[in-house]
Amino acid sequence: MNLDQIIACPVCDALHHDQDVKKHSTAKCARCGTILAAPKSGAMTRIAMLSLTALILLIAAACFPFLALEAQGFSHRASVLDTVMAFSSGPMAPLSLATGFLIVLLPAARYCALIYTLAPMAIGWRPAPQAARVYTWAERLKPWAMAEIFIIGVAVALVKVSGLARVELGPAFWAFAALLVVTILTDSAICRLTVWKTLKIRSSGQSEI
Amino acid sequence: MEPPENSQQYLTAAEAGLVGCRACGTVAPRGTRVCPCCQSRLEFSETASLQRVWAWLIAGLIAYIPANIYPMLRTVTFGRASENTLMGGILELLHHGSYGVAFIVFFASIVIPIAKFLAIAFLALSVRKPPTLDTHGRLLLYEVVEFIGRWSMIDVFVVAILTALVQLDFAAAISPGIAAVSFALSVAFTMLAAQSFDPRLMWLAEKRDES
Repeated sequence: MNLDQIIACPVCDALHHDQDVKKHSTAKCARCGTILAAPKSGAMTRIAMLSLTALILLIAAACFPFLALEAQGFSHRASVLDTVMAFSSGPMAPLSLATGFLIVLLPAARYCALIYTLAPMAIGWRPAPQAARVYTWAERLKPWAMAEIFIIGVAVALVKVSGLARVELGPAFWAFAALLVVTILTDSAICRLTVWKTLKIRSSGQSEI
Repeated sequence: MEPPENSQQYLTAAEAGLVGCRACGTVAPRGTRVCPCCQSRLEFSETASLQRVWAWLIAGLIAYIPANIYPMLRTVTFGRASENTLMGGILELLHHGSYGVAFIVFFASIVIPIAKFLAIAFLALSVRKPPTLDTHGRLLLYEVVEFIGRWSMIDVFVVAILTALVQLDFAAAISPGIAAVSFALSVAFTMLAAQSFDPRLMWLAEKRDES
């Protein structure tokens, strides 16, 4: 049997015959129920566009004013960069670096990787060079891209501070809030195995399934 | 989807003399080192996976101890300095009557980390011993642990935001405590422990126990 026609469930290792699944239906592993294929029409376009949106929001969040605090005549503004640099003094400097990566750099890298791999497929081109490798990295980065966790952290911090002082929310705050929504939409639109299948088919030069 | 009664009916890649890729599902002949499709490392070894799980889990547990002992936040208000540990911060929130926030913080920084340690240890142990929870239940547990693990990082971000925001000269200033570092490390290590766990081992064990 040709190995190209079977896939192994990534969760339980059961072998399945890799059939073409109809659009808007899902194929689940018979043994463990993991989704093996969930093709949707225009999914590639949607993911690429959502990633682009997220990337723009992320850049906006990093550039615009973030939060301002006012109490008893004192006031203080903080940007996202200030938040990243919160640990920069003394022995905690590596944590600053880690925070910068977790909330800005890794999410940005992940969205760039998603755009790089999926945008050519969305418009029907052959995959970009090294697309498989780049997409592998996009998947690996996923748990470490924590922009959406950061915004919930902001909410918790605001609740803690709100009793003591007046907080002004800047555009960057709203950019992050929108990013939370876009991230959830992007992640729910991605079906890993379907992306791989499309990548495989496109790079072997066959036409649209 | 109803769970199958008998797992013997499913042929796995390992039994067929093949190895499946955990990233993209591609199958390759056993012994292939790198997935021909996505270039991920192909490996299906019980010992290697479990060793990594235990190593990261122990590292996470060790890092969690100083995270609780040392101060997370240092607050200076009108010249008076006070230091707050994780638990201290929660008690203070309770003292101020913010029960809701206190509950959220307690849940995120105490309950979830400890539950995560226990869950990962249970999953790793269950591969070797006959489990008390069926494989579908444990798969659900694994998915929950993988999903929820990264959300514990919220505490570190809260410290970062408070530090950046509350800098009102004399009136109030907050600086981070060293516990933030150990807490961040603990979360990262536990995430790595969960990622090192290969869920295929549970299904392999189920089949082994049945036969």
